[in-house]
Amino acid sequence: MSTDQDYKYIGKGISRLDGMEKVTGSAQFVHDMSLPGMLYGKTVKSPHACARIVSIDISEAEKTPGVRAVLTGRELPYKVGIYMIDKNILADGVARYQGEPVVAVTAESELAAEEACAKVKIVWEELPAVLDPRQGLAPDAPLVHPELASYRYMKGVFLPQPGTNISHHQKIRKGDAKKALEHADLVWEAKFYNPPVQHVAMETHTCISQALPGSHVKIWTSAQSPFTVRNLFSACFGIPHQNIRVHIPYVGGGFGGKAGIHLEPLAYLLSKKAGGHPVKLTMTREEEFGTIPSRQGLHSQFTTGATREGKIVSLIAQYIWDAGAYADYGVNVGRAASYSGAGPYEVANCHIDSLVVYTNKVFGTAYRGFGHLEVLWGIERNMDIGARRLGLDPVEFRRRNVLRPGAQTITGEIISEHTGRIDLCLEKVAEEIGWSGIQTEEERVRAMAGGKVRGKGVALLHKAPAMPVFTSSAALLKFNENGSVDLLTSITDYGQGTYTALAQCAAEELKVPIERIHVPWESDTAMTPHDWQTVASRGAFMGCKAVIAAARDALQQIKETAAQVLRAPVEELVCQDEEVYVAHRPDERLSYREVVMGYSYANGNSIGGPVIGRGHYIAQGLTHLDLETGQGLPALDWTYGAHGAEIEVDLETGEITVLNLATALDVGQVLNSQSLRGQIIGGVVQGLGSALLEEFRFSPQGRLLNAGFVDYKIPTSKDLPRKMSQHTILTKQLDGPYGARGVAEHPMISVPGAIGNALYDALGIDFFELPLNAERVWLGIQQKRMASDEQSR
Amino acid sequence: MLDETPHYTISVEVNGITYTEKVPAQMTLLQFLRQKLYLTGAKEGCGVGECGACTVLLDGRAVDACLVLAVEADEASVRTVEGEGRDGELTLLQRAFIEHGAVQCGFCTSGILLSAQGLLESNPHPDREEIIEAISGNLCRCTGYVQILEAIEAVARNGEELG
Repeated sequence: MSTDQDYKYIGKGISRLDGMEKVTGSAQFVHDMSLPGMLYGKTVKSPHACARIVSIDISEAEKTPGVRAVLTGRELPYKVGIYMIDKNILADGVARYQGEPVVAVTAESELAAEEACAKVKIVWEELPAVLDPRQGLAPDAPLVHPELASYRYMKGVFLPQPGTNISHHQKIRKGDAKKALEHADLVWEAKFYNPPVQHVAMETHTCISQALPGSHVKIWTSAQSPFTVRNLFSACFGIPHQNIRVHIPYVGGGFGGKAGIHLEPLAYLLSKKAGGHPVKLTMTREEEFGTIPSRQGLHSQFTTGATREGKIVSLIAQYIWDAGAYADYGVNVGRAASYSGAGPYEVANCHIDSLVVYTNKVFGTAYRGFGHLEVLWGIERNMDIGARRLGLDPVEFRRRNVLRPGAQTITGEIISEHTGRIDLCLEKVAEEIGWSGIQTEEERVRAMAGGKVRGKGVALLHKAPAMPVFTSSAALLKFNENGSVDLLTSITDYGQGTYTALAQCAAEELKVPIERIHVPWESDTAMTPHDWQTVASRGAFMGCKAVIAAARDALQQIKETAAQVLRAPVEELVCQDEEVYVAHRPDERLSYREVVMGYSYANGNSIGGPVIGRGHYIAQGLTHLDLETGQGLPALDWTYGAHGAEIEVDLETGEITVLNLATALDVGQVLNSQSLRGQIIGGVVQGLGSALLEEFRFSPQGRLLNAGFVDYKIPTSKDLPRKMSQHTILTKQLDGPYGARGVAEHPMISVPGAIGNALYDALGIDFFELPLNAERVWLGIQQKRMASDEQSR
Repeated sequence: MLDETPHYTISVEVNGITYTEKVPAQMTLLQFLRQKLYLTGAKEGCGVGECGACTVLLDGRAVDACLVLAVEADEASVRTVEGEGRDGELTLLQRAFIEHGAVQCGFCTSGILLSAQGLLESNPHPDREEIIEAISGNLCRCTGYVQILEAIEAVARNGEELG
C-alpha cells in the first residue's frame, strides 16, 4: 500500500489556487457582474403565512419611471421543483408563506424597481395556516397543497400522501422493533427539537438571466450546480438543454443553500417580458432569510430498548420535519436522514417513520449535513440519557454499540474493515478532552458554589452522500502548447478547496508540477463536462476519480504518439517530470511539450494531435431503497467522526464558553491538509452556530421575526472555543481517490450533541431543544433551582 | 426617484487616484465604489452595517462602506482591496492570508483584510485578543476564523514594514 511519502502532491498543504484572485478583489462573483443593458429585478412578497390573493393591481407600478416589466403569477403557467414539482415561480391564487414572491418588477435601477414594488396593491384574504408540522398531521388540518395528487415527482423514491400535508414518508423497517422492545431490559423515551435555521452564505442568492431570440437562454448564477440549474430550467419551461447556457463564476458560499434551482426562472421571465435585456435578481439579506429556503425544523422522538449489558436491541424513531411551503430538497432530507437515522450504531431491530410535512413557513432545502445535524442532535443526546439509565459511562455505552466490521446497518448494508472506524474516532476525542466519566451530582453541587461549572461530553456522527443512484462526475484535461494543462470540471468550488484537490490529483497522475495545472474558475454548461451537483461531500471523491481517469487517458495519448517516435511499445514507456521515456533506455525521451500538440519530425511529417484527457466516474452498486422497508444500498461512502467538548457554564447568565472542542474524522486519506483543516474548523464553528445561537423565531401568525444579523446571530471571531483540535483516522476507502472519503459536511454534524451532553455533565440538566442559548440554559438552571428548593422545603 | 434627488460633486482619493464625480445625496460610499468606479472588491453582504463585507479604509480607519454616504467621503482618502499591494506585489497580509489558508469562498476576504490592515497600521504588534476584536465586525461563514487569526498574527509577529 502506498503511503503519503510516495505522493508528491496528495496530502500536502497546498494553498488554494484562487488565493491570489480573492485577496486582491479581482475574483468576480455574480454579485459583482453587470452586463450592457442590464435591468434589475425586485419582488413584492406575501405578508401572510397563508392567504388567498383576491386581486392584484399593478397599474401604478407599471407607470413608475424606469420600469420595463411587471409580472404576476397568473400569467405564469409553470411549476418548478427538484424532486417534487410543486412550486409556482410567483404565487398564484394562494401564497403559502410570508416572504413568498407574488409580483416581480424589472426596471433600469434597483431603486426604480423597489419604488414600483411599493405601488403594487394586493387584496388578501387570510386563510388558516399550518405553522406546526405536528398539527399539520391532524386529520382536520388545513391542506397547504390541496393539489398534491396532481404534482409530478420522482417516482420509486418518494412517497407523497395526497389528501394530507405529507410530501414524503420514508420508512425504515428492520427486524421487529416492537417485539424486541418487549424483551429489552430497559426501555426509555425521549423527544427533541431542532428549529429552522439559515445557511447564511456571505454572498446572497443572485443571478442574471437573459432571454435570447429563438428560445435561447443565458444564465450567470451564484449556484452550486450548473447542470442541475440547466436540467430543472429545461424541465420547467420545456426549452431544450442545448439552448440553455449556465455559467457559474466565483461563488460566495453555498452550504447546500445554492444547490438545485432558485431565482434563475424568475429572472428569465422578467428578461423575456422586458424584451430580452439581461435581468439581475439579487436577494437582500432580509430576503435571504425570509424568501430563500432554509434548513427545515425537526421534531424527533425515540423509543429505545437495551439489554442490561448495554446493547441496544431496538429503536423506534419518528422524525417529523417542518418542511415549509414547498418540498424542494426537504423530501430528500427526510429520506437521507432516515437511513442514517439510528446513528453510527448497530441496531438489530429498527423502525423509523420520517414524515416530511408541508407547513406555511419559509421552506426547507439542503444544508450542510442534510438532515444529519438534526437527527443526530436527538440520537446523541438519547445515547447519553440511555447510558445514565443503564448506569453506564456514555463513552462505554457507545463502545458497546458502534458499527464495527461485520455489523449490519439499518438498511441492510454490511460494514467492512474498509468502511471506516467510528470506534477510533470515539477513543481519540475521549482522550483529547481527558474523558474520565460523567460527574456525580455531589461534584456538581460543589462546583456550583463557584458560579461557573464545567462539563464534558462526546457525540458521534456519520453521513453518506445523499444522492441519486446514477450520480456521476466528468473531467477534461486539455493540454496547452507549453505542456501546461487546463482542468475542466463542472464541480463548483465555493470555498471547499475542491479545485485545488483536483489539481493535486492531475499533477500527481500526469507527473507535472502543480503550477502547470490551471483550473478556470468558471463552469459553463456549454464548455465544461457534465457533473451532477456539488453537494453531499461527493465533489472531491467523485471529481478526483474523474480527474484520475482523465489523466490516465491523457498519458495513454502521450504514450501512443511517443511510442512511434521512440520506436518502442506503449507499455514500455514511462512518464515522469513532464517527460516520456523508454523504461530500459532512459536516454530515449521526449518532453510532453514535444508531443501534446502532435509531434513533428525533422522533415515536417507530423503525427498525433492536441491531447485532451477524458475521464468520468459514476457511483457504483447503489440501489433505490425499498419504499416499504427502506432496505437497500444508498451509500457511496460513509464518513465517521466524533466530537468531544469541554464547556464552562456561567450560572448567573446561562452563557456557555467552549473550552475545548476536539474533532476526529475517518477521512481515509488526506487530500490537502490545509483545506481539510479549514473544512473541519469552519464546519465545527458553523455547528456551534446551530448548537448555541441560531434559530428562526416566528410570530403566532407565522411571520419570521429575525430576518437579519441583529436578531439572528452567527458565530463571530469572539465566539470561538478556547481550544480546538482536529484529528484524522486513515482507514482507506477502497474505491475512494487514494483512499479518501468526503468530509465537507461532517465537521458540523453532532457539534450540538457534544455540547448538549457536556451541558448535562455540567448542570445535571437535560436539554432537548436547540439552540442552547443563554436564555434557554438560564431558564433550565432556574427550573432546577426551584425544583430543588421545593424539595428541601 | 434617483433623478429628482439632489446631486453633489465630490472629490475623493481612492487608492491614490483622485476622482471628481457627481453623486446623488443618498448614494453610499459602497455604491460609489462599486457602481461608479467599478471597484467591486468591497462586497455588500447585508447593506446595513452588520456583516463587514464592505469594509474599506477611510482616512486610515476601517469603516463599513455601506454606512458611509459618498458625500461624506468628499475630500477623504479611501483604500479598497484593489489598492493593496504595489506593482503586482502582494502585501504581507495578503500573502499570509493565502499561505495560512485564511481564504475559502473569498466573499468576506477583502473586508477582513482591510479591518486587519487598519489594525496593523495603528498597532503593528497586536495580541490575539486585539486581533479578535478588530475583525469581530466581519462575518465569515466558511473558515471559522482560526486561520484568519493565524494569518494576521503571523504578520503581527514580524510586522514593521507592512504593506
